[in-house]
Amino acid sequence: MATRHARTAARIMISPAVLLLLGWMLVPLSMTVYFSFLRYNLLMPGMEEWTGWLNYEFFLTDPAFFDAIGNTLMLVGGVLLITIVGGVLLALLLDQPFWGQGVVRVLVIAPFFVMPTVSALVWKNMFMNPVSGLFAHAAKAVGLAPFDFLAHAPLLSIILIVAWQWLPFATLILLTALQSLDSEQLEAAEMDGANPLNRFVFIMLPHLARAITVVILIQTIFLLSIFAEILVTTNGGPGTASTNLTFLVYAQSLLQFDVGGGSAGGVIAIILANIVAIFLMRMIGKNLET
Amino acid sequence: MARAVSVRRKAVVTLVAWTVGLAIFFPILWTILTSFKTEAQAIASPPLFFGFDWTLENYATVQERSDYFRHFWNSVVISFGSTLLGLLIAIPAAWSMAFVPGRRTKDVLMWMLSTKMLPPVGVLIPIYLIFRDTGLLDTRLGLVIVLTLINLPIIIWMLFTYFKEIPGEILEAARMDGADLRSEILYVLTPMAVPGIASTLLLNVILAWNEAFWTLNLTAAQAAPLTAFIASYSSPEGLFYAKLSAASTLAIAPILVLGWFSQKQLVRGLTFGAVK
Repeated sequence: MATRHARTAARIMISPAVLLLLGWMLVPLSMTVYFSFLRYNLLMPGMEEWTGWLNYEFFLTDPAFFDAIGNTLMLVGGVLLITIVGGVLLALLLDQPFWGQGVVRVLVIAPFFVMPTVSALVWKNMFMNPVSGLFAHAAKAVGLAPFDFLAHAPLLSIILIVAWQWLPFATLILLTALQSLDSEQLEAAEMDGANPLNRFVFIMLPHLARAITVVILIQTIFLLSIFAEILVTTNGGPGTASTNLTFLVYAQSLLQFDVGGGSAGGVIAIILANIVAIFLMRMIGKNLET
Repeated sequence: MARAVSVRRKAVVTLVAWTVGLAIFFPILWTILTSFKTEAQAIASPPLFFGFDWTLENYATVQERSDYFRHFWNSVVISFGSTLLGLLIAIPAAWSMAFVPGRRTKDVLMWMLSTKMLPPVGVLIPIYLIFRDTGLLDTRLGLVIVLTLINLPIIIWMLFTYFKEIPGEILEAARMDGADLRSEILYVLTPMAVPGIASTLLLNVILAWNEAFWTLNLTAAQAAPLTAFIASYSSPEGLFYAKLSAASTLAIAPILVLGWFSQKQLVRGLTFGAVK
């Protein structure tokens, strides 16, 4: 067993990481909480004063807040739906034997490595642009009027862009999980007369349940904080049509310089993220035992 | 054993899989193709797929007009700087948790993970104000610090899951042979840990390279990495598709190559070991 000497050494080795993360968590977090109770505008320095829950009242009764909550839920839900359904189908496809498996895998994974600003701008200009985007060309070719995606369906467009970025992640994890499925189990089921649909519903899906949960939880953490894609495509608009909570807090604090109001929004964002985090932590914590 | 798959079935699956794969990859392919067109050809109707005059002028223009290489270098410094600094802090921590686990190890690991759940926007204002007051706004150092801290939990977790797989008996044996802590780390642990450290490095360079919340909010002209530089194309002047494509291709090419090497580690790293 480890000696006392080793234990002391271990404690010393772990302390920089612990102290840094502790500082990173506590210092800005307590500042945000403190600011959220102040009337504090960057344009009026030195005028800060305590206002109690006023910022929360304003933020929580602002119609933009409800729009942002709705948009955040739509964005997270929409992307999850597309990536999970698409990911399961793609994983089932890529799990079959075919020629060029390695190459196709590489092609499918590629979007995940494209930086958010690049994918958003490429989709916005070269695909969704109503005049010279590829979708407009395709629409004209079959005799339809081009559709201005980002003006008329801004949130849906952003959902599609983000789903394209995250589909590879879901696929990769689900494929990894699928490949760990014991093939003998499937064969036994087949011999017992289970058709492909039954094999999928009763054997594959239960086996994938855990991986799907992991995908949902991890993507949710990242999707709650979607920012760059909105900034470079719609800037949250038109109006608040594509503003999510992250973008609303950014706009409140760095565009309107309302530090107090922005901080109240930040605290609300933290509370919402924590609800998701608790579930995720339980999943991962269980895994740590084994 | 698996049944023999009929050739016909395999051919059909091949066709479907390649079609789907190419469709998903198409936006990237289209960007690369467009980067070699002239601006006029880039918006030609009907769109040109291959029948155009290949040109490199967009790449030259992007460099000349906006000093592309400086932003590229900023990305390199920020992503590698933050990853290496993170490894420096994380390796001792992960080592001690994997080999000298105490009663609290699990709690510490879970707590570290929980810091990653903190939505960045919740601490945007304090970080922005601290950076403003300390002169770290729009500096590479500032971004290296922030990205080190946000990726530190992932780095520690990845290293921990790799270190866990190194058999402890080897360390015991080394200790019996009289190796002290320093030589134990240097000559026994390090060689066995290098593959895990390399994959951790790779994945975190990718994550840092593509990080686009802090890089967009904390930089202006000076320290802007490629994420922020590309964002400047959101309010363009005149024809810009070919130039946008050239800048984008240069920005994603290196990371695509690194990314393909790190496929396997990606799953493990991003699920904190929950799916292997």
